[in-house]
Order: sequence, then structure tokens, then C-alpha cells
Amino acid sequence: MNKMQAKQPFRFYTRLHLSELTGLRASNLSQLLEYIKVVPGSCIYHHTHRFLQQHQYLSPEPPNDFAYWVTGVLGEDELGERLASIDTIQYSTIRSLREKIISTIEEYQASNPRANLRFAREGEEFYFIKSASFVLASNYVANDLKEFVRALKKVTMDSIYFHIFEARLRLEKTSNDFSYWIEFSVGDKALGDEISRLDPYTQTLEDLRKKLIKIIDKRLPRKK
Amino acid sequence: MPNLEEYVSITGQSVVDDLKLLAERLKGKVVQHINSTAVGGGVAEILNRMVPLLRELGVDTRWDLIKGGEKFFEVTKKFHNVLHGRPQEISQDDFDIFMETSSVNIDEVSIYGDIIFVHDPQPIALVRKKGDNKWIWRCHIDVSNPNQKVWAFLQDFITHYDSAVFSAPAFAQKLPIRQFLISPSIDPLSDKNKELPQEAIDAVLAKYNITADKPIVTQISRFDRLKDPLGVIEAYLLVKKYIDCQLILAGGTAADDPEGMAVLEEVKEKAKKDPDIHILLLPQNDLEVNALQRASTVIMQKSIKEGFGLTVAEALWKAKPVLASNVGGIPLQIKHKYSGLLCHSIDGAAFALKQLLNSPKYAKKLGENGREHIRNNFLLTRHLRDYMLVFLSLYYQEDIVYL
Repeated sequence: MNKMQAKQPFRFYTRLHLSELTGLRASNLSQLLEYIKVVPGSCIYHHTHRFLQQHQYLSPEPPNDFAYWVTGVLGEDELGERLASIDTIQYSTIRSLREKIISTIEEYQASNPRANLRFAREGEEFYFIKSASFVLASNYVANDLKEFVRALKKVTMDSIYFHIFEARLRLEKTSNDFSYWIEFSVGDKALGDEISRLDPYTQTLEDLRKKLIKIIDKRLPRKK
Repeated sequence: MPNLEEYVSITGQSVVDDLKLLAERLKGKVVQHINSTAVGGGVAEILNRMVPLLRELGVDTRWDLIKGGEKFFEVTKKFHNVLHGRPQEISQDDFDIFMETSSVNIDEVSIYGDIIFVHDPQPIALVRKKGDNKWIWRCHIDVSNPNQKVWAFLQDFITHYDSAVFSAPAFAQKLPIRQFLISPSIDPLSDKNKELPQEAIDAVLAKYNITADKPIVTQISRFDRLKDPLGVIEAYLLVKKYIDCQLILAGGTAADDPEGMAVLEEVKEKAKKDPDIHILLLPQNDLEVNALQRASTVIMQKSIKEGFGLTVAEALWKAKPVLASNVGGIPLQIKHKYSGLLCHSIDGAAFALKQLLNSPKYAKKLGENGREHIRNNFLLTRHLRDYMLVFLSLYYQEDIVYL
């Protein structure tokens, strides 16, 4: 038996999302904050992760809609920078990510009370949107690392997104699906850890795919 | 017409594979589209591409039309204008005419689908025939600031639908039903967007006596005040003081649209002193539009109001630097300074235009980013995917659905 053979095959899933409009809009920082506190988690998820998918060709990427709006529309560059630099990967729940965004805005408001006086122009308000996610099994299955790399080259960005981001953050898993499978099913803890340490938020999804392929490729036996 | 496999070279196999996976989940459902016209206009254009592709995917998709006379369509044109926020008087007579034709359609249009997909206000009253099937109302209009009287009238119907679909976040309304955001799309293999050989581009320029000896700035739009062609000329004239360039304003205007003809005359009057301004009337000539876009150095879309502004997506898909107003669906397509430039005024447009013409490397990068943004978000394949997801959403209420 191939020593790379996994105990369980890895099935690649894909996750497709539909944007659902909430009808909520904010014109200034106070309103933004008020809604951030009460909108559903899928709304926070949408505005902190959508950019990665929609602008996957950009690097470095504006990491979230709140930062983009606060900077581009309200002209609050400093707050924009603070929001953009929230280390999303540290937060394994939407709840904790939401709290961090709230405290970042509240601290800024406390030291910059005039920030509340800035209003967005008509049509440039912040529109709250939430993600409706649909998860479905793709036709790609890997029984060992070699097949895994082969599939990784072919699956959609949505699939990589699902296994790295969706699984880890939204579904409150502590690791990503790839690391988990490699550690527990393939039995290569070091490789699983190496993948866990990648920061997916500061590179494009295509670069992330290449990096994953390169890291795993190194573990495959070389042909003589 | 291209089949699904032909899109693989543009989007990659896996995107088409995902469409097939979704289509499998819709097996056994009949989707019935209903709108008011089979040809002309953006809705018919999209349905003409969507319906065959959904069928090819195995989704049983049909397309039916409502009927209406001249008076009915005059009223729906008025509705369209006031929903866009233009001032116009709407009388009780208008509502009566609308309801009279709607009643005939309610009697005559056969409803047989599991999912009924109604496009725009014209067929909206058909929801009165709702049974145990699912109904979606697709609004293709910019309703960010609608006439309240007409909106209230339509809302009485909309609330009976299961879901509504809008093209931009700003169009969302306070409604008791689910509302989804689905942007329109372009077809990369259509005559308007497919690759063209240089000879074909040169031939179109020659036909209109345009020489490519100086940068070409182009706006493709019908001659309509909401597209601000006069503002485009003013911005161009401000730039022309510093940079020798030429301007193409190309588009159609319907012969039965007196206002459009008046705008065209004003545009001609304003342009007549400058031989570098080319006013081209080209109704429904997709290949020529394609060639003109490809021949351009910069493409503008200086609209005052815009539903979505697909000409922006068309230009970006051709990797052109685009300068456009920050209205309607345009900011979804252009992230300022990442995939194009946004402006709010004639002076702002002139300034941005100078930047683009003077910094070709910067302009090129914006165009390249723009093309990738369109590839990821605004091609027909994404639109097909979103439509199938909306169909599936009718059967699930959760935020995360495992299919």
C-alpha cells in the first residue's frame, strides 16, 4: 500500500454564495457602528470576506468593506488603517471578530469625536449585505497527497475558499480542512501545521493555491 | 450561439463544473421566465442567452411574454422614468390602463412553472395567479429613489412574491420578503465582446473616417440626458486644452423617442466646432460597438443615473481604462484607483481623463485589473450561477444550506 494513502479520502466541496440585501444603510460612523452591533453574523462575514473573493486578483488587498468605506467615503484614513489591519486570522468566531471591529471603532470615536460629524454623500452610504451560502460536494476526491495536489490545481477558488476560510471562521473550526485531513488522515502533522500557519488574508487566492501546491509537492516522493 | 463548453477557455473548467452541480439540484423543476418583449432592451438580451444555456445545463427553462398595446407601454415607460427618479405626472388613468391590460394578461398567460421569474414592472400583476409555486420579481431598474406613488402601487404586488432581485445594493427597499443582489453580466463570446482581429477594428474606424493618430476617448451610450453626453463633451474640451485627443460619442436613439432626438441635436450643436468630436449613430450594431471600444484609449461612462451600466463591464473586459460616474451599479464594477476611476463632476472627469491619458502605464494597470474583476464577477457564467442559487434559495431559509 502506498504509504501516502489516507485513512479517509478527502472530498472537495464548493461553497457558492448569494448576496442577500438587508435594506439597512449607514451614512456616518455612529450608524455604521450601531448596525455592526446588531446585524446577523452572516453580514459581518460578508463584509470581512467578500473582498477576498471578488477582488482575488489584487494584492495587497483591501481586506474588508468597513475599512474601504471608512477610508474612501468618510475620509477617515486612520480608522480605515486600523480596521484593515485587524488580524482576521486570530479570530476563530464571527462573534469575536465583530467585537474587535466594534472596539476598534469605539476607541477611535472616543479619541476623535469629530469623526461622527462626517456623512456619506447620497448613494455612497454603507449598505449592509449578508451572505447566503450553499455548500455542495464537487466531483474531486483525493485518496492520497498526490491526488490531492492534482485536484487542488483544478478546483475553483470557491472550493479553496470554503476549505480555508469558511470552515475555519464561519463554522468555528480551529483549523482549516486541508490541515485537518493531512494531519489526521494522511498522518503528516508537520505538513498540516505548515499549512495552518499560512496567512490566507494577505495574499490572493491564486497565490495561496500556488503556495499550497508547492508545500505539498515537496512532500511527494520524487521520481527516480 | 456558443455552447457552455466554449466558456471553459475563459472561465476555467471548474466554473462550468460548478454550474453543472447546481443544475443537478434543480432537476424536475420548471422555470418560467415572463417579460414583455422578446427582442430589444437589456432584459431580452440576457434572456436570449440565459434560456438556452440553462436548458443545456438540464434546467427545464421556458420563456413567455405578456401582451400590451401602445397605451400600456406608454404607461410602463412612464413608470420606468419615475422609478428612475425623473419627475413626470402619473394619473389615475395611467394606473387604470396598467390594470386593464394586466387583467387581460392574468386571464390569458398560462402559468405552469414551479418557479415563476417575472422581469420588471410590466408583468408584475401576474402574481395574482400565485398558487403553490414560487415567484421571483426581478427588478432591472434603478429604484434607489423611486416615485413613491408608483412604488407603493407596485409594492402591493411585490409583497406577494417569495423573493425580489435587485442589481445594486442601493436599490434595496424595506420589504417583507427576501431581497437578493444579482448584478447583470456580459457575454464574453457575444458579438459585442468577443475578440476581434485588428483589421476588423481598423475597418470600423475607416468607415467613420476616424484615424487613430491621436488618443481616442469614447462614450458608448444612447443619446439620453441621463447619460450626460453634453457633460462628456465639456470634460473633453477641458482636457483638449492640454492633450491633443479625439472624442467618440456613439449610440442609438429610437426614432419614436423625441427627447432622444432633441438631445442628439444639442450634442451635434455643441460638437460642431471641433472636428475631433465624432458623433456616431449606430443602433444595435454590436460588432461596431465592440470595435470602437477596442480602438479606444480611454472609455467614459459619465451617467447621471444608471441601472447597472453594462457598458462599463464591456469596456473593462477589453482591458480598457474606464472613467465613470459613481452612480447605480458602476461602483460595483469599478473600485476607484484599483480597476478604474470614478468621478462626480465634469471637472473631476476632466482631471481623471488627463491622468489616464498622461499615465499610460497606470491606465494599463487599471484596465488589466478591471478585466480580471469582470472575469471573476460579471460574466454570464456568474449570472447563471446566481440565478440557479436564487431558484434554490426559494426552498431553503437558512444562511448556510448544505445541498
